[in-house]
Amino acid sequence: MNGIFGTLSHYFTFPFVRYALIVGVLVALCASLLGVVLVLKRYSHIGDGLAHVAFGAMGVATALRLTNQTVLVLPLTMASAVVLLWNGQHTKIKGDAAIAMMSVSAMAIGYLLINLSPASSNISGDVCTTLFGSTSILTLTPTKVWLSVGLSLLVVAVFVLFYNRIFAITFDESFAAATGLNTRFYNMLVAMIVATVVVLAMDLVGSLLTSALIIFPALSIMRVLRSFKAVVVASVVLSVFCAALGITLSILLGTPVGATIVVVYIASFILFSLGGLALGRRRA
Amino acid sequence: MPQLICDRLTLGYEGRIVSTGVSFEVDAGDYVCILGENGSGKSTLIKAILNLKVPMAGKVILGEGLSRAGIGYLPQQTAAQRDFPASVWEIVISGSLNRIGRRPFFSHAQRKQAQENMRRLQVDSLARRCFAELSGGQQHRVLLARALGATDRMLVLDEPASGLDPQITDEMYSLIKDLNRSGLSIIMVSHDTQAALRDASHILHLGNTSLFWGTARDYERSDIGRAYLSRKGMEA
Repeated sequence: MNGIFGTLSHYFTFPFVRYALIVGVLVALCASLLGVVLVLKRYSHIGDGLAHVAFGAMGVATALRLTNQTVLVLPLTMASAVVLLWNGQHTKIKGDAAIAMMSVSAMAIGYLLINLSPASSNISGDVCTTLFGSTSILTLTPTKVWLSVGLSLLVVAVFVLFYNRIFAITFDESFAAATGLNTRFYNMLVAMIVATVVVLAMDLVGSLLTSALIIFPALSIMRVLRSFKAVVVASVVLSVFCAALGITLSILLGTPVGATIVVVYIASFILFSLGGLALGRRRA
Repeated sequence: MPQLICDRLTLGYEGRIVSTGVSFEVDAGDYVCILGENGSGKSTLIKAILNLKVPMAGKVILGEGLSRAGIGYLPQQTAAQRDFPASVWEIVISGSLNRIGRRPFFSHAQRKQAQENMRRLQVDSLARRCFAELSGGQQHRVLLARALGATDRMLVLDEPASGLDPQITDEMYSLIKDLNRSGLSIIMVSHDTQAALRDASHILHLGNTSLFWGTARDYERSDIGRAYLSRKGMEA
């Protein structure tokens, strides 16, 4: 036991390990907040679609040789979130088809641009990092850490301030609209926060695994708890715990950070499902 | 001035017109029942009144201190709400959202009012229970308590008795009648003609055109009313 703690405290003397832990925990926190809303609104696939768009935007940023890629990736992802939700209103192309279309287009264009204009000789390494996160979380610059901290705090603040309205549009959008709430505005707000969280999560787990951070905590907690506030609070606690555990395990075992975190989430989901069965709750 | 005026509305969906020339007025304290066959535009009319959908022609005018944010609404239940983790209290208090203005949280007065509405509909003992685990009748009461939080003037109900067993349905109708007696105007879509004639002050019968608008007593004596009632097996 002493050996493990010794190893850990040795690792935590390195700033990049501390950065990874800080950003990882904050991203997990934000993702789980949003996850409750997305899962309940049947929007789980939007997070996934936006993560693919973010990959494409990353390709553009790489081709343009931007040092701070977030300044381009974040606005592009946000714009896509707006387009996706707007498209949902006029149903020429059905919502899920629009998301699928946008995801694959962004992936293809992103990969093409990275190949046409490689930033380093190790293209597949770069692509793999963008898709699965592996090393990007351990190479965070202090600027990036502060940016992540700022954006995370903003996400939490918006969620808390608009908590009651977010509950209303999640539970019953037509009642909210009928009684005078500007549901279109709040849907957009949610889309903006999702885009922000997706971009933040890219560094941690990569674009292919981002969705896991968003949906798993809410799905796990919903197996056992049955009130909105309890689900939100418990999802955040669970998510922070799983992310911290995942990062620590990956350091100790030398495994890829993103994949390790997701495996911890899967394990928690299985545990909570069993817990739910033991409690004899009705399944959704 | 009436609370609500519908002026020569044309109703339809997906570009298809189902009713034209729908005109009527609702005064404070009226109990309006909207009857008609399936697909005659009843739910579309409700959506137009609630500003969820713009009518294809005509206008909905709110008068006498009634604002969009002052109408309570009891929707037809959707399957999406069945597995939603929300407590009864969370749902009832969310009805008062249109009263909080720009503030982020509910005031003490709004919380008190939500508690009062739960007592009025006898769901206060269920406050901490999960909505999805309640019976159909209890869920209807909870949603009605939420609607009361949004208004003290007008309630719009879309088939409030759908999916309820007969005894619970009767309870629901007498609750709605009580709310009407206490001063709320009611606009309700219903398939239940008997209850409509018993409780409503006015009937709106929709077909290809607005087929009838008038008091419930006149409706029973009208040709259209008699024909509809006899088809429903209730000779007037």
